Amino acid sequence: MRIHCPLCGARDRREFSYKGAALVRPLAAAESEAWHAYVNLRENPAGPLAELWYHEMGCGSWLQVTRDTVNHTVSEVVLARDAALGAGV
Amino acid sequence: MRIAGKGQGADAKTVNFTFNGRHLMGRAGETLAAALLANDIHLVARSFKYHRPRGILTAGSEEPNALVTLGAGPVQDPNQRATTQELYEGLEARSQNCWPSVEHDVMAVNNLAAPFLGAGFYYKTFMWPAAFWEKLYEPMIRRAAGLGALSGLADTDRYEKAYGFCDLLVVGAGPAGVMAALTAGRAGADVLLLEEDSCLGGRLLAEEEEIDGKPAQIWLQEAEAELQQLDNVRIMRRTAVTGAYDHGTYGALERVGHHLPRQHSLKGSQRPRECFWRIAAKHCILAAGAIERPVAFRNNDRPGIMMAGAVRAYLNRWGVAPGERVTLFSNNDDAHRTARDLVAAGVHLAAVIDSRHDAPDSDLYPVLKGAQVCNTSGSKRLESITVRSVRGEERIQSDCLAMSGGWNPSLHLTCHLNARPSWRRELLAFVPQVGAVPGMRAVGACNGSFSTHAALREGAAAADAVLAELGLRVTAAAQLPEAEDQPYRIAPLWAVPGKGRAWLDFQNDVTVKDVTQAADENFRSVEHMKRYTTQGMATDQGKNSNVAALAVLADVTGRSIPETGTTTFRPPFVPVAIGAMGAGAADQGFKPQRFVPSHLVAEERGASQLEVGLWYRAAYFPKPGETNWRQACDREIMSVRQSVGVCDVSTLGKIDIQGPDAAKLLDFVYTNTFSTLKQRRVRYGLMLREDGFVMDDGTCARLGDTHYVMTTTTAAAGEVMAHLEFITQVLHPEWDLRFTSVTENWAQFAIAGPKSRLLLNDLLDQPLAPADWPFMACGAVTVGGIQGRLFRISFSGEEAYELALPASYGDSLFRTLLERAEALGGGAYGMEALNVLRIEKGFVTHAEINGTVTAQDLGMQAMMSQTKDFIGKAMAQRPGLVAPDRMQLVGLKPIGAVQELSAGAHLFDPEAPVERIQDQGYVTSVGFSPLLGHMIALGFLKRGASRIGDEIRLVDHMRGIDALCQVVEPVFFDPEGERMRG
Amino acid sequence: MVDLLAKTACDGLAPLNIGTVCLREGPTVPMTTLAPYRGQQAALDAALQAAHGLGFPPIGGSCQSGDARALWFGRDLGLLMGIEPEATLAQYAALTDQSQGWAVMQLEGQGGEEVLARLCPVDLRLSAFGVGAALRTEARHMQASICRIEEDCFQIMVFRSMARTMYHDLKTAMEAWAARG
Repeated sequence: MRIHCPLCGARDRREFSYKGAALVRPLAAAESEAWHAYVNLRENPAGPLAELWYHEMGCGSWLQVTRDTVNHTVSEVVLARDAALGAGV
Repeated sequence: MRIAGKGQGADAKTVNFTFNGRHLMGRAGETLAAALLANDIHLVARSFKYHRPRGILTAGSEEPNALVTLGAGPVQDPNQRATTQELYEGLEARSQNCWPSVEHDVMAVNNLAAPFLGAGFYYKTFMWPAAFWEKLYEPMIRRAAGLGALSGLADTDRYEKAYGFCDLLVVGAGPAGVMAALTAGRAGADVLLLEEDSCLGGRLLAEEEEIDGKPAQIWLQEAEAELQQLDNVRIMRRTAVTGAYDHGTYGALERVGHHLPRQHSLKGSQRPRECFWRIAAKHCILAAGAIERPVAFRNNDRPGIMMAGAVRAYLNRWGVAPGERVTLFSNNDDAHRTARDLVAAGVHLAAVIDSRHDAPDSDLYPVLKGAQVCNTSGSKRLESITVRSVRGEERIQSDCLAMSGGWNPSLHLTCHLNARPSWRRELLAFVPQVGAVPGMRAVGACNGSFSTHAALREGAAAADAVLAELGLRVTAAAQLPEAEDQPYRIAPLWAVPGKGRAWLDFQNDVTVKDVTQAADENFRSVEHMKRYTTQGMATDQGKNSNVAALAVLADVTGRSIPETGTTTFRPPFVPVAIGAMGAGAADQGFKPQRFVPSHLVAEERGASQLEVGLWYRAAYFPKPGETNWRQACDREIMSVRQSVGVCDVSTLGKIDIQGPDAAKLLDFVYTNTFSTLKQRRVRYGLMLREDGFVMDDGTCARLGDTHYVMTTTTAAAGEVMAHLEFITQVLHPEWDLRFTSVTENWAQFAIAGPKSRLLLNDLLDQPLAPADWPFMACGAVTVGGIQGRLFRISFSGEEAYELALPASYGDSLFRTLLERAEALGGGAYGMEALNVLRIEKGFVTHAEINGTVTAQDLGMQAMMSQTKDFIGKAMAQRPGLVAPDRMQLVGLKPIGAVQELSAGAHLFDPEAPVERIQDQGYVTSVGFSPLLGHMIALGFLKRGASRIGDEIRLVDHMRGIDALCQVVEPVFFDPEGERMRG
Repeated sequence: MVDLLAKTACDGLAPLNIGTVCLREGPTVPMTTLAPYRGQQAALDAALQAAHGLGFPPIGGSCQSGDARALWFGRDLGLLMGIEPEATLAQYAALTDQSQGWAVMQLEGQGGEEVLARLCPVDLRLSAFGVGAALRTEARHMQASICRIEEDCFQIMVFRSMARTMYHDLKTAMEAWAARG
């Protein structure tokens, strides 16, 4: 498997580590249900899934990778800093 | 039998080799199989189950029968295919799965028991009693059946892994692959051409035909010469692609040393035996050719019965006639080329038996149309065949039967990403699905296009398409070389009806009857049939037998072949040594070793080493006269408590954080507040995971207004770094700060004990002004003119400092520190002493921060800021995480004459039964405190904070420990902390 | 005053000449990471030009001026080698001394690409990785920085504590490559 890092180009999977689904972090004051969902609940789609990968052995970027869980097709990779995952409600 | 002057290696030099101890001669460069046939050796192996005599069936990597063992001892190589193993001077090969010899194999008695040994025999027979399976039945079966054996010794061969890259990967260098590589190469594409064989040519090497008006061999030589001229084309021989993976990644096995004498690949040389390649290719042209399939008929497995294409290959490529009186059995036109070539080479061809009534005629040999071979005879070599036709049955003397049931495209790689092949009725074969592997195009025979012309045409066309996608200009379309374009004519013939055993899978001794029986017992799915009969398993993966087997299954289940479907093709396409898969990962290559700046000193002093993650840290520093580690450890502890000890703590993670928003990050990542920390001061901090549990702890120093240095535990350094990157890139990219790991830039040593300041004042260029250096102060210092940093922090409870200097001075500084500490009555201390020192103080490590504890469990709830958001805050307030009956950190000390406590032991009320349901907690850390004169422990106990003074029973069934303890505060020594603040 | 002796990261690891490839430790030079603050990369680039005659390295590349070299070292990160950065640069970027943090090795000679192909999962052929190119990748299991400093010379950097492992892995790959003849 290869992931196209926006900075480094296509790189072997072994340079990356995987975190899981890319989710928006709730605000501190959010309901406990929202926090429960953020920390514990996960969709398990057969199809495209936005997930977070860390280019640990490369440039050190966190990436949001949209990967089809059925056939591994990667349709989009963006720097996670541009994915607005920290601005929860 | 060699035919003088025939074959490509006719003038090759002679090499000597042995087979089963017999000294033989062959030609350099030919395969072991060719050399054996040239020496009239047909009996090469015994079959898997019935120990039937077996010969050489094929001329390629699909060979099911002719597996041999090479070498002995640590380099013993079982299951090597004689059909791909190249001959070299001194090669020693022997037959396997036979005793005492391949000629006289005692286990051949299995053959007589064959009526009982059909599919499912083991499952049905060895069911009772159950306990017998492991002890008796399985070992017995394993001894009787099987392939080659491993030596049981560690493999001394070298293996290698490598990465390759290209725009276009061409798999196979037959006419299609060569044409594709030529076309793409000429246009300047970055091409990697892989060929499993030792030279380019593929099927052309086995054929007598013309390309571009000249002998195919000449065309091939010219093409190869041109490819070698092109800098943008790289050719790898003896390299088989083993798998297709996601996103244009391919695995390939290069046989680097198999064709060379062993001493060449071993003694005095580091030459690897195999290299496993991972290749990233933008495009792939699959030109893997096709594999001929046998026909099932009674006793079709005798030595001397071979594939028609293989007979042609031995004849044309190696100049070997596999028999003196050859017969041929076929259902297609292609096999007639074998007949033509045999006659041309002067080999006696007794008859061509063709199952079709419309088979082509010949003036050169008799053709029996509409006839079938229905039986054979001969014990260790074919002697005659029985032919059935409208005229009845007749016997024909023959020592070699060339058979062909048609060709199966080698489409295996196209199925590795889950695609299924499509059935082409007119070819009676599966062909690859278009787009089965993204970026891969199948051409030539593996695409079901069997003529040389079609191979060249499709190779060139696929290369053109790739060039267009690469944006490379196609140079003026070169004229496609002229080549044969015979249509492929075939009629169905999978199994000749009749009694007796007709083999489908030669390697696993699977017969038509076995498949029929599987279907009768309702194993009708092809995947079930495979597992019930073992059809298509082991080293050849049924390359030449699978399609016929499922045709038989289709027939008995009344379905069509496409309805019946195929089994799943999985990597690897050819066997790969485990050594190649794991190349470089043995011994030192298993994982990196990280050495601390004081490593040499520790080694010189005989310190035993402890692995902490990847780091090697000194466990203790033995002194003469000490007979066990405890003596050294106790001495080191007392030297810290009484004078001064020195310990290398460089392994702790150090992260340099700068920028206007540095404090924001720290306030967010720690539970407590760092924006309020004064400059030149250090604070202890606790980090949670987002789920509310403790992630790591450490200190953080403020070096300037917007400049901090964070320390992490050794174990969590990488995790914390990724965590900080996550926060600043994913959650708060708007913050303006930067950080970088400086763990490796600094050698950092703890100097701990009542005499630590004395030592430092003598060492530092400027003595420490007491007012500037209270507990938790930090600042710049110089040592011998070298700029460093000093932190007054303590993990031992003593007055202690950590001195950091650039890593290059670490060795020298550590020596100096030891010298001075020893002069003061102290010395070095290692991890064992460090551990006891911190247990005495109740300081936690990852033994306590084990992923299931909260700040509250550790008694650190006061560190949870109420006034700010931080990672883990929301989830830490979950009811389950603040429940009063959670386990809390406590100290434990033994009551009475208890000698041992153990980490991992569980805690029970003294009156309660020792049952899991009564479990009250567990022990995380233990040590012997020389100061207190007994063992001490830390652990987690339900409602522990309210049970101080209680008695508790500590039980460790593993180590046989059962001790009564008193629950105490988790600080055993100097609870007020006067010594470290002092 | 004490007299402290400095040891380089590869102290005790002898230079290697195996086949056509040689391995040696790089010269001991100052190394500083340059991490520009938010929106300051252009300003840092200009200040670097003014102060040291080289710019902030482009992604995957490096800049050179005399003994000074700035190589791309990761996301928004440069590594200045060979000179101490001028203090004024600190207003645009976090400057962090890394002079001792990395083992720097040079792999020189024909076949260097082949040796590295045994260790790194990236395309380091001249066509894809020209003179001056710099990237971060994995070398076996280690985080590494690779820079082609001359056509047949690679600079390989790993954490200082891993110098022995990198040396061992390079030596193994060099031996195997040379043994192919």
